Amino acid sequence: MDYFLELFFGGLTRGSIYALIALGYTMVYGIIELINFAHGEIYMIGAFTALIAASALSLLGLNGPALLILAGLIAVIYSAAYGYTIEKVAYKPLRKAQRLSPLISAIGMSIFLQNYVLLAQTSDFLSFPTLVDEFAFMEPVSHIMRSSELLIVATTLVSTVLLTLFIKFSRMGKAMRATAQDKTMAMLLGININRVISVTFIIGSGLAAIGGVLISNHIGQINFYIGFIAGIKAFTAAVLGGIGSVPGAVLGGLILGWTESFATGYVSSDYEDVFAFGLLVFILIFRPAGILGRSTKDKV
Amino acid sequence: MKAQSLPFIRRAASEIFQSLLVSCWFMFLTFPIMVIKVNPLERTIDWQWMRLVWIGLAVFPLSFVWRWLMKRKEHGGGQDGEDSWQKRLGEKIRADRKIYTALLAILAVFVAAFPFMFSSYQTQIMISALMYVMLGLGLNIVVGLAGLLDLGYVAFYAVGAYSYALLNHHFGLGFWPALPLGAGLAAVCGILLGFPVLRLRGDYLAIVTLGFGEIIRLVLENWNAFSFGPSGIAGISRPWFFGADLSLGQHTVFLYFIVLILVGFTILVVNRLRNSRIGRAWIALREDEVACQAMGIDKTRTKLTAFALGATWAGFVGCVFAAKTTFINPASFTFMESAIILSIVVLGGMGSIIGVIVGAMVLILLPEYLRAFSEYRMLVFGASMVLIMVFRPQGIIVGVRQHYRFGRKESTEEQGERDAASA
Repeated sequence: MDYFLELFFGGLTRGSIYALIALGYTMVYGIIELINFAHGEIYMIGAFTALIAASALSLLGLNGPALLILAGLIAVIYSAAYGYTIEKVAYKPLRKAQRLSPLISAIGMSIFLQNYVLLAQTSDFLSFPTLVDEFAFMEPVSHIMRSSELLIVATTLVSTVLLTLFIKFSRMGKAMRATAQDKTMAMLLGININRVISVTFIIGSGLAAIGGVLISNHIGQINFYIGFIAGIKAFTAAVLGGIGSVPGAVLGGLILGWTESFATGYVSSDYEDVFAFGLLVFILIFRPAGILGRSTKDKV
Repeated sequence: MKAQSLPFIRRAASEIFQSLLVSCWFMFLTFPIMVIKVNPLERTIDWQWMRLVWIGLAVFPLSFVWRWLMKRKEHGGGQDGEDSWQKRLGEKIRADRKIYTALLAILAVFVAAFPFMFSSYQTQIMISALMYVMLGLGLNIVVGLAGLLDLGYVAFYAVGAYSYALLNHHFGLGFWPALPLGAGLAAVCGILLGFPVLRLRGDYLAIVTLGFGEIIRLVLENWNAFSFGPSGIAGISRPWFFGADLSLGQHTVFLYFIVLILVGFTILVVNRLRNSRIGRAWIALREDEVACQAMGIDKTRTKLTAFALGATWAGFVGCVFAAKTTFINPASFTFMESAIILSIVVLGGMGSIIGVIVGAMVLILLPEYLRAFSEYRMLVFGASMVLIMVFRPQGIIVGVRQHYRFGRKESTEEQGERDAASA
């Protein structure tokens, strides 16, 4: 039973991280129908910025939760700035182009950012400092769930709730939903599309950075390549849940996390990705628009 | 005088101010990653302030260039002029048979003499470029013509390569019989992938094909008994040439001509396919699935043939790849490879054969000749991909859509065609 619970919480942690990244994919896709391949790199840059900020701040004598929060905040701000800039440089000029052009631009951007971090920093794994100590009240269950895992799950929960409230009730959230539904009509009603898209990228990137910081804190090491795999997995999660849907991204992330965790625990760690993608294909056969996605009727 | 110069000065000042802002923004953006270098072992930090200065100095003029190019693109002046220049040249060449044949002959002589003019190393690079031309043309069937976004194309490439390697390893089968077998197996895999994804559209298809590619690679990596795992298969025979014992250099030349003939064959077939009944069905499917079905085209069969035929070329190239390197392992078949092949198709100009050839040459030869930049190679590569797309979103070569000309009714008919093309 303990083993099962360990796998369950391991999957929950993993799924939460996928969900945080998948939210950015799903929001961007919902609004401009672009698979933002550079999104995984934003997550990686978030993790790197947090590492750098934490190292620099610890020289100043900061430590403990204050350090984590400050480093995390810097990482979120920087990732959001990167997301904003990438959109302006690589996607905005292509808004009227054929559908595949921004995709290639995104792949190019992804290669560029990976190598940028590789050259500016290092190709080796960097060890990420432990920013939070184990919580005392987690002691009895620490063999099932570590404190950093609790932190990940709690942060994901809070972020998702805040995001949902933002999209549901704020003025900008309404504008985002309107833009996702019909861009031209939204524009005619006086919504500043460019600003909506920028805000979408900023929020999505910020969420990815939160994921990056938390997972690095949990695993303890990062390198320039982590974004690529995480990005693909998160994209899978977004599609699994139904791309364009915020609860779908979270659900997809969790399902993917659990699938991987249980497949690793009970079958073999070699084939965890095979199970993940196999599940994706299987679900899409029965629900071609994802679990929570709505299938739209086509018209000529 | 003063009244005239004042707005100019004001404009210049605002431009400089804008560039300064951009410059500052990028300095802020790159600050943590460029300037602070962490050494986690000794827990120390190197500050590299000079890098920040360089970035500021580089971004400042570049932002002027960027804005100028953007303005030119928006006004459409330069871009359109270039397009029409390209189009006029294309039409002139096509219209004048003499120039056409002369150019073709020069090209043929150059291509045939290539391995004898340049070193073995250059020939090797050219072989890879030509292999990517074939891969690009194969993927062009799926993505460019049928409009199915396939991000796992490398899987079929792997199937081709592994069929030859395994058949050779276990049964001693040579290159020539393995070539059609590998292509056939790849085609079967294409159909196998095609069935479950028939109902999916657009980006759902993209992620499933991506997943399929990853599954194939992971199985090859982990199923040691079947594929020898990550260590791969070594000692694959080179192509048989009438039993002659060729040296390594001669083998390269021989392989170059094999690939060249295969590329010629591919171009011929793809060109014929495009104008065939099935080719037109693909294009119709790409433009509008519902309308296409209403016209009585069997969607299932059309999609499956696109997958199968696209995969066939990947199978061919896979066999050639195994014969070229004589060693394969799963590391050669990552998602990045699929992304590069897709980039070849889109960057070159979707749906156009010359476009794919140009795209393959640019994307494969560029990193090779960028070796002078050594470690900055991939950085420049990624940046060029973004820049080419931003400034030429329709690809380097714009595909010309074929249309019929009817004597007198030409204007209306052509109008209709053009509308369909732009839709």
